[in-house]
Amino acid sequence: MGTKAKTQTSNAPLTTPARLTGAEIVWATLVGEGVTDVFGYPGGAILPVYDALRKFPIHHTLVRHEQGAAHMADGYSRASGKVGVAIATSGPGATNLVTGIATAMLDSIPIVCITGNVSSKVLGTDAFQEVDITGITLPVTKHNFLVNRPEDIAPAIRYAFQIAKSARPGPVLVDITKDAQQATALFDFEAAKPRPVRPHPMRVVDETGLAQAAELIRNAKRPVILAGHGIIESGAMEQVRTLAERAQIPVALTLLGLGAFPASHPLNLGMMGMHGESWVNHAIQDADLLIACGMRFDDRVTGTTSTYATKAKKIHIDVDPAEINKNIKVDIALIGDLREVLEELLPRVSARDGQAWLKTVEASKGASAVRDIKNLPDSGHLYAAHVIHDIWRITGGDAIVVTDVGQHQMWEAQYYHHEKPRTLITSGGLGTMGFALPAAIGAKFACPDKEVWVVAGDGGFQMTAAELSTIAQEKIKINIAIINNGYLGMVRQWQEFFYERNYEATPMVSPDFVKLADAHGIAGLTVSTRAEVAKAVNSARSAPGAFLINFKVEKEDSVYPMVSAGSALHEMIRRPGRDPLLESPADK
Amino acid sequence: MLHTFVAYVEDRPGVLTRVASLFRRLNINIVSLTVGRSERTGLSRMTVVAEASAEAGHRIQASLFKLENVVDVDDIAQAPSVTRELALIKVAATPKNRSQIFELVEVFRARVVDLAPESLMIEMTGVESKIEGLIQVLHEGDNKILEICRSGRLTMRRGHHTSSVMRAMGAGEADPLEPQLEAPEDNAANEPE
Repeated sequence: MGTKAKTQTSNAPLTTPARLTGAEIVWATLVGEGVTDVFGYPGGAILPVYDALRKFPIHHTLVRHEQGAAHMADGYSRASGKVGVAIATSGPGATNLVTGIATAMLDSIPIVCITGNVSSKVLGTDAFQEVDITGITLPVTKHNFLVNRPEDIAPAIRYAFQIAKSARPGPVLVDITKDAQQATALFDFEAAKPRPVRPHPMRVVDETGLAQAAELIRNAKRPVILAGHGIIESGAMEQVRTLAERAQIPVALTLLGLGAFPASHPLNLGMMGMHGESWVNHAIQDADLLIACGMRFDDRVTGTTSTYATKAKKIHIDVDPAEINKNIKVDIALIGDLREVLEELLPRVSARDGQAWLKTVEASKGASAVRDIKNLPDSGHLYAAHVIHDIWRITGGDAIVVTDVGQHQMWEAQYYHHEKPRTLITSGGLGTMGFALPAAIGAKFACPDKEVWVVAGDGGFQMTAAELSTIAQEKIKINIAIINNGYLGMVRQWQEFFYERNYEATPMVSPDFVKLADAHGIAGLTVSTRAEVAKAVNSARSAPGAFLINFKVEKEDSVYPMVSAGSALHEMIRRPGRDPLLESPADK
Repeated sequence: MLHTFVAYVEDRPGVLTRVASLFRRLNINIVSLTVGRSERTGLSRMTVVAEASAEAGHRIQASLFKLENVVDVDDIAQAPSVTRELALIKVAATPKNRSQIFELVEVFRARVVDLAPESLMIEMTGVESKIEGLIQVLHEGDNKILEICRSGRLTMRRGHHTSSVMRAMGAGEADPLEPQLEAPEDNAANEPE
């Protein structure tokens, strides 16, 4: 933060109304909302705001690309549950945020983006660096504001925070013209408070629904809880656990739900969906009752919808009425905050004996545990699974792991076992490559005392590798594991399965990542055998600063099992070999 | 099926775009859209007519509610309601053939609101089919239609307000000064729509 002079030295918000410039109002409002860290990049149309920063107790991280700022705000929010804040200038600064905003939108992450815009006099004239950012971001924000008067800044920002956090969270953008930043207005934090949240009228949890849900749970023979990201956003971990334990219901998790229910819990089945383990998907397909908690039946978890869990009654608990019956038709919809709904439902649920079903599910795991690639003897090949598994083992499953998008992401989900919420940060809905490095920086600022690992592929890492400079400048400790197979691995896998191994545009030449890290003053190692993994992971952990490990893994390994697009959830492509359940060293 | 959404929205810049964008994203063509002030200050009332499946209708309504500037949404669907459209039709007319047009206007309960040496303007209110009927007979009578301006559909449920949102805002209260009967002013109100 440096030793700059500040007019507002305490972290307490300004309580007495004061006449401030619009730029000062931006910061004073952020301080009032409890913001301590922002991520941004200055430019002409946001300069007044940057000029006023020195007067306020907020730390600004200079990013290398505005997409990074949005991802950092996003990672900050996912790690802490607080609202992340990104700042950018007009025009290209603002458009560079868009991918990050869309990422937050698809995963329901509360962030507030503040952009400068040209002066209101020239708005709409194609002035230098002018872009209609409220128009551009309209479909990828929960709401956005175009502010051109200083007195509207505080109400807009406070309203933005409320919208970002309330109901189903999401990103909000506040675009402020330069003249509004320069002019003055009376700043009154209290008076700028938004009207109370207007409840969605279709958000209803009625007695009948609760009673019917309890009845279904009581009578179910083969129930499964589908645990999604909503559990974490709503803070309903205890309630879901109580429901599972009391009624002895196994729990399958979505990618973003990982951590919402402890991986080591005997009722935890693991991740469902396209790359879920076979027993998880089979349990869902065989179930007679699905209790969907804060998840949206995304196409990556259902396979073809017409063949999805046809034998099951479905209870859907979600905060967003627009999700009900969107992909999968459900029998009972309880629409409201998940924790509140479960608190109402739990008193109606009594203990039940689920042993028969649990035994069936357990038996269906069969030899699959042996199949696990991580249990194979060292054949000299380095599999990504080994790397992830060792990182999990050595960190005790306690690190915040931030992944990019692709094969390594799925391997992380399969082999790093998350016990606690907010320990896996990953772009699920939008699947944004380049997410990991900047999101990890945000996560580190949110949780400076936590161990943070980036797990990224060689492709995605290069999309935002410039943020290595940010790590160096901020002197933060992040460990980076690059799962380097020389391909855009997931795309290559699809080409292998569905495009006759036509590896068009997927082989990738990368720089020497260790040298690249070195150029930033970041230490690093290259690892190409399994024997070196643990040592390298330990080196990273004990290094005082950021550390990068370039894991040169098996080039043409694929993620198994896989439900291909257009298949039913139980129709999985299995790892090839003599016994589909048993990994054979001869496979490679 | 044809959905008629009636929405109360905040009277602010950009709100129309937000509503329209929701339909655009689904690649749904808006058949008709009308916006104007409502009985409440600061709130505009929209009638949006669009073709979509029954399930999509539910999701559109739920998604409209999620828009921060949308206060209330009603999907009228098949509920008893009154729908009207206003049309202004300019027809080429000279003193020679005026009287024939005047007769048609009379039959359709429309009225002539402007008379110029070579044209006249007809104002007509009614259901869509009735307006189209007038346009058709004007064509059949070899009249040259110069301009047509149609408002799009305006729809209102019959009887009380049913929306819990509007009730909570103090709308739909029984007012003794207002007649509560469904007393049609003319036959048009009872026409099937």
